[in-house]
Amino acid sequence: MSLWRELARGLRGLINRPAADRDIADEVEQYVDEAAASFEARGLSPEEARRAALRELGSVTAVREQVRAYGWENIVETTLADVGYAARRLRRYPIHALVAALTLALGIGASTAIFSAVNPVLFQPLPYPDPQRLMLIWDGQGGSRLDVTFGTYRELIARNRSFNAMAVMRPMQPTLAGVAEPERLDGEYVSADYFRVLGVRPALGRDFEAADDPPYDPNGPFVAIVSDTLWRRRFNADPTLVGRQILLNDIPVTVIGIMPTGFENVLSPQSEIWSTLRYDPALPFNGREWGHHLRLVARVRPEIDLDRASHELQEIAKAQLPDFERPQWASLQDGFIAHSLQDELTRSVRPALVAIVGAVILLLTIACVNVTNLLLAQGASRRGELSVRTALGASRARIIRQLLAETLLLASIGGALGIVLAHTTVDALVALSPPGLPRSNAIVVDRTVLAFTAGLTTVIGLLVGLLPALNGFRASGPGGAPQQSTRIASGHQLTRRCLVVVQVALALVLLVAAGLLLRSVQRLFAMPPGFDPTERLTMQVQVAGQRFRDAETSHRFFDSVLEAVRQVPGVTAAAFTSQLPLSGDEEAYGVHFESTPPAAAEEDPSAYRYAVSPGYFAAMGIPLRTGRALDSHDGAGAPLVAVINESFARRRLPGLNPIGQRLHIGPNSGPWFTVVGVVGDVTQTSLAVTRSDAVYLTAPQWRFTDNARWLVVRSQADAAALAPAIRRAIAAIDRNQPIIRVATMEERVRASAADRRFALLLFEAFATTALILAAIGTYSLLSGSVTERTREMGVRSALGASRLDIVALVFRQGLTLTGLGIGIGLGGAAVASRALVTLLFGVTRLDSATYAGVATLLLLVSILACAMPAWRAARVRPSVALRFE
Amino acid sequence: MKDTDVRQGTLALMVLKTLDVLGPLHGYGIARRIEQISGDLLTVNQGTLYPVLLKLEQEGSIASEWGASENNRKARFYRLTRQGRKQLQTEARSWEQTAAIIERFFAVKGEDVK
Repeated sequence: MSLWRELARGLRGLINRPAADRDIADEVEQYVDEAAASFEARGLSPEEARRAALRELGSVTAVREQVRAYGWENIVETTLADVGYAARRLRRYPIHALVAALTLALGIGASTAIFSAVNPVLFQPLPYPDPQRLMLIWDGQGGSRLDVTFGTYRELIARNRSFNAMAVMRPMQPTLAGVAEPERLDGEYVSADYFRVLGVRPALGRDFEAADDPPYDPNGPFVAIVSDTLWRRRFNADPTLVGRQILLNDIPVTVIGIMPTGFENVLSPQSEIWSTLRYDPALPFNGREWGHHLRLVARVRPEIDLDRASHELQEIAKAQLPDFERPQWASLQDGFIAHSLQDELTRSVRPALVAIVGAVILLLTIACVNVTNLLLAQGASRRGELSVRTALGASRARIIRQLLAETLLLASIGGALGIVLAHTTVDALVALSPPGLPRSNAIVVDRTVLAFTAGLTTVIGLLVGLLPALNGFRASGPGGAPQQSTRIASGHQLTRRCLVVVQVALALVLLVAAGLLLRSVQRLFAMPPGFDPTERLTMQVQVAGQRFRDAETSHRFFDSVLEAVRQVPGVTAAAFTSQLPLSGDEEAYGVHFESTPPAAAEEDPSAYRYAVSPGYFAAMGIPLRTGRALDSHDGAGAPLVAVINESFARRRLPGLNPIGQRLHIGPNSGPWFTVVGVVGDVTQTSLAVTRSDAVYLTAPQWRFTDNARWLVVRSQADAAALAPAIRRAIAAIDRNQPIIRVATMEERVRASAADRRFALLLFEAFATTALILAAIGTYSLLSGSVTERTREMGVRSALGASRLDIVALVFRQGLTLTGLGIGIGLGGAAVASRALVTLLFGVTRLDSATYAGVATLLLLVSILACAMPAWRAARVRPSVALRFE
Repeated sequence: MKDTDVRQGTLALMVLKTLDVLGPLHGYGIARRIEQISGDLLTVNQGTLYPVLLKLEQEGSIASEWGASENNRKARFYRLTRQGRKQLQTEARSWEQTAAIIERFFAVKGEDVK
């Protein structure tokens, strides 16, 4: 009731301000009149009576203001007045306001962009019901994460008591034929429970059932579920697609369901189509059912915690039952590695992201310090104004409130600009982000991000305003007479000096981090990849469809492609390989050498298997160490031969001549391959991984046919420009076979360090900004100080100080601060660099050359920042100085 | 706090009592009356009085309307409402109680507690 009345009164007052004002004015006026009348009654003349009444009352305006200060509507009004005044002040010093707002915009914009990028990865839960109960399970062989086999999955399904459901999946890349051009899609083969594990149901049609996943039968029937995007893109969102057949790899497949709009498949974000796995539950040991190529995702029961579920998995691995036979290579002797899906997804990028978040916080801090400094500098020049305000009766709270209104307004402008900045940079950020960044399609400037920015802006407005406001109040206290500001170097100088030291120190930390990353990337690219990346174009050529079910047809197709490509002008060599270094492929098999005693068979290493065409080593520039390369005589009927890499031979065949040694690839029941040659080491996954063991053999001698092969083309010049000609040459043979993932080898080398380069790019940007801000901070401090000490400079030169003395004076002041900042910053960097360790390569986090180089750079920049003020100080003439006031 | 200042709560009580005794009155009249009763120990001016009047009016203890003063000036007259009268009674009683307790405390002499 009373609250309502209060509200109504306040609103009335706000809306009808003039009437309310008049009311108050009338009442005050009447009060004065009555008082005057009473004085008059005591015998004073009317004028004297009125004067006496006013004297008793004080200033009528002051009283009116006091009366008006009552009620919430007045707080609203004074706040509006504060903001209006703040806006006028900012307009009066536009350059100053612009610099401050832009600095804040940089800090807030960078923070917003980075927050929007890391939010879905680090903070937001995955877009599924109860996402914290989803786990990813790996075979922990040799302590590293290995994809599981179908056999292992079946055993876990049968034996576990901790999980509601489990599903396995592997990628597929079918070609969708249709009216339009054939399109190669990304998709997954999944076990029937896949979507139930995730907790998502198709929006149209039905989910996969167990009956959809029988053992493979070439005659089908085949079923598929498509994504909302594919449905809209290729089928015009036609609901009758459900139940219809589409042609995938020339095989008719019935669409049974369409996933909902916005369904995010975090395990394979590009996937647009899903089909069933169709493995054989009889689990033949020589079949694909025991290949390590499936990802296993599982949903833990609500009443079981993740640790217990993981514990149960280890128990199952340890206790083998006769009902569940395991081949030796999937013995589960090292147990499982199982963690929550969210942790697993972000595991590889978390260190880089955490480092980047740290960097952006540093940058934001520097920006805030810089603006605080600018405001303090201005505070010096407005001490007069504040003194006058205090003298007129403004309270401490009132002054602080007004100063805070100014910084909040400034921060709001900075925040608004920052959002614009973030909006424009976030797309670039996603484009530049390393391919391993999960959920990159969820990176947007959304409501959460905007709320974050709004909160950040408010906090910054208050933080940045606090020091200047307190300082301003202190200065405006009794004795802070307006004219003193030019003569005394007061306490706020000390604050400002400390802030400059902080700024320099923080900038140094960022610079050191950027320097360490830069050296890491340089070192990384200095690593020999083992092949020659110059002028080599690569692309993946695939065959699909009924025609290629026969291995012979497939081999013939690839052979004729090779022939055609070699005819293309400019091509000097061409070859195929089943997997390409630095392409992201990782297909490895256990390799057992005949010379290794069977007892040591458990420690058999795994090696990357390359099925290559003759001429592959020459085309890639991989050097042959001993023996011979693979050639066209090593065909289907010929003796099985293999080539291995040199460090592999040295380690596994110590003291033996590798030529003539025999080995198994995969199951030990397979045939023996004889080593005929040894080549140099080649890096497969990343330049940072120095050891990748390899077994090379020819495609016809391998037991499966690789239907997707990498074409490597070497040219004399400008390999990238050959792409269209090569595409045409392949299309002339069969225009329905998709060609994908076209890139030069040099691009692949660069992309292989994408995560470090991404971090480096951001650190470089942040560090450069920090350096500039630190320079501005130093400059503005010195420049302000020179202005304030003009008189002192004049006196000094009048007393005989040379220009050099005065220049030295300024430099000493500037460089002392920089030196202090560098000292503190070096310590800080030594501590902070710990967060970078996982991103470094080939340099220690305390690399002295980097620290020294960065310190020197900062010193040089601050010398530049000192030069201008020093020059101005040196030109002060004694006469000018004495007249300065 | 200067001794001529009056606590707001106390001032509100004084205003209510004044209006109870004298009937409808304008701001100046209330101020003078309070000063007069206090024997000029208190000084009340518009700046201190007005917020109290506003607050009491919002609470519904007093109501106001414009009228003509004894000098024939347009003035806002405040009068006690029924609710205000009730409030005055409750507060007067509690004030008397407080005063009585305080008085008793001061009446206690040293030897009484021995």
